[in-house]
Amino acid sequence: MYYPGCSLKDTAIGFEESAMYASEQLGIHLKELERWNCCGTVYSLATDNLMKQVAPIRNLVHAQEEGYDTLYTLCSMCDNTEKRANRLVQNDSEKLDKINSFMDLEEDYRVEVTVRHYLELLRDELGWEKVSKPVQSPLDDLKVAPYYGCMLTRPKEIGLDDPHNPTVLDDLITSLGATPVDYPYHSECCGSYNTVENQEIVLKQAAKISEGADTAGADLLITSCPLCHYNLDTRQREYAQQNPSHKPVPILYITQLMAVAYGNPDVCRFEEHAIDPSNTIPIKTKALNKR
Amino acid sequence: MSQTDGVEETVRIHIMGKEYEVPKGLTMMDAIEYSGYQLIRGVGCRGGFCGACATLYRLEDDYKLYADLACQKTVEDGMYLMQLPFTPAGRVSYDIEDIGDGGNPLLENYPEIARCVSCNTCTKACPQDLEVMDFINEAIRGNIEAVANLSFDCIQCGICAARCPAEIPHHHVAQMARRIHGKHHHPKSEHVSKRIDEIENGEFDDALEEISSLSQEVLQKRYESREIE
Repeated sequence: MYYPGCSLKDTAIGFEESAMYASEQLGIHLKELERWNCCGTVYSLATDNLMKQVAPIRNLVHAQEEGYDTLYTLCSMCDNTEKRANRLVQNDSEKLDKINSFMDLEEDYRVEVTVRHYLELLRDELGWEKVSKPVQSPLDDLKVAPYYGCMLTRPKEIGLDDPHNPTVLDDLITSLGATPVDYPYHSECCGSYNTVENQEIVLKQAAKISEGADTAGADLLITSCPLCHYNLDTRQREYAQQNPSHKPVPILYITQLMAVAYGNPDVCRFEEHAIDPSNTIPIKTKALNKR
Repeated sequence: MSQTDGVEETVRIHIMGKEYEVPKGLTMMDAIEYSGYQLIRGVGCRGGFCGACATLYRLEDDYKLYADLACQKTVEDGMYLMQLPFTPAGRVSYDIEDIGDGGNPLLENYPEIARCVSCNTCTKACPQDLEVMDFINEAIRGNIEAVANLSFDCIQCGICAARCPAEIPHHHVAQMARRIHGKHHHPKSEHVSKRIDEIENGEFDDALEEISSLSQEVLQKRYESREIE
């Protein structure tokens, strides 16, 4: 059972479509929840206001109602919000009772749903060997910067990997035949929602992260967060316009890299990216050369 | 002699805090009029279509605040009711011709929809039993078609907007979605354009003039004997 989240239906359609394609190649059927709502877009830290926990918990009730015990996510932000809300009610039955009583649904949330990120599905349930199998255009010579950002690994209670030295994206890159590069900013914040009101902060972060990746020799960078993608892609282009010496680093979603390796870059919607990856990838992969 | 003498069964209701005894089985609207109120606002088609008679009510020994249409819901003993003829809700002015088939015009024109916390209060309040929260979520995602379809039976009563803690004008958002959907996704109705041309060419002027000159009696007779599908 799969929870897309709003971005994957709007600004990150290429993420969802490439995920659908990659999953199909792996024999995984991602079935979308019939009913779902926005996760809340960020986990609320307010301890005395449960209203913002209603949205993520309601999604877990939908999964429960539709008969599933695991909810898979693609967006790092949704993953983080859903997992932390779930953890909140797992550890605090009083809050769970209050939320259930407020929602007043036919079914109470019984805290029986587990939230898992797509990367956990690949790593823990499928294994990297199987992820390698459908590769048709090995990404030889392609150097890829793994970008974890904040949401995948922190806080450690819900993180899917070591918050300081995560490896899951590195392992994905390796299993697709490319080479992960080590650089200092793989877990640096992209600037997040400052992109709305303090664009300067995000511009600086985008420049720092992309230049760091470039200096380490990366051809492109991968992420599983639509907000990180937006910030690093759009703000980096703005930075590049202001600083012509900047070498733009294309930003790909994890499943877009998979789709390229599996031989079908057409599902990626690269034309919607601010920094066009096809300028970087075609030299290195057969699949894109064929286009 | 009390007004309810001879009425077999009565119920007690409260209208704006004052108690009245009215015959059982009346709609809220009939009960309000039975109690002596003359309705000028908060009344319209009396058939459940226009959404003008939104009414909030509570029942004795029940903490819930309910909402329904006064012309549709029958009174129950111990009901406290208050009509809500109008809900102040911001409505954006726009020219439908300026709105293209891309981006997310709903979010651009009604940015407050992003404040939705999915509390579902709107859905619980809807007298049409629409999945109001679901279509606001679809609006946030920019799925115009889904908003149009999910809100198709909206009668614009505005109860959702009155109850929303995020102060979203759901009914106006949905109306905009249906307009955009109609403009961009539906085939153009050729018969409507044709009929408009006919009207503009004066083809119905004589018929309209004839009807206007008829007495009420004749008009009523014609109305009652009209052919309807």
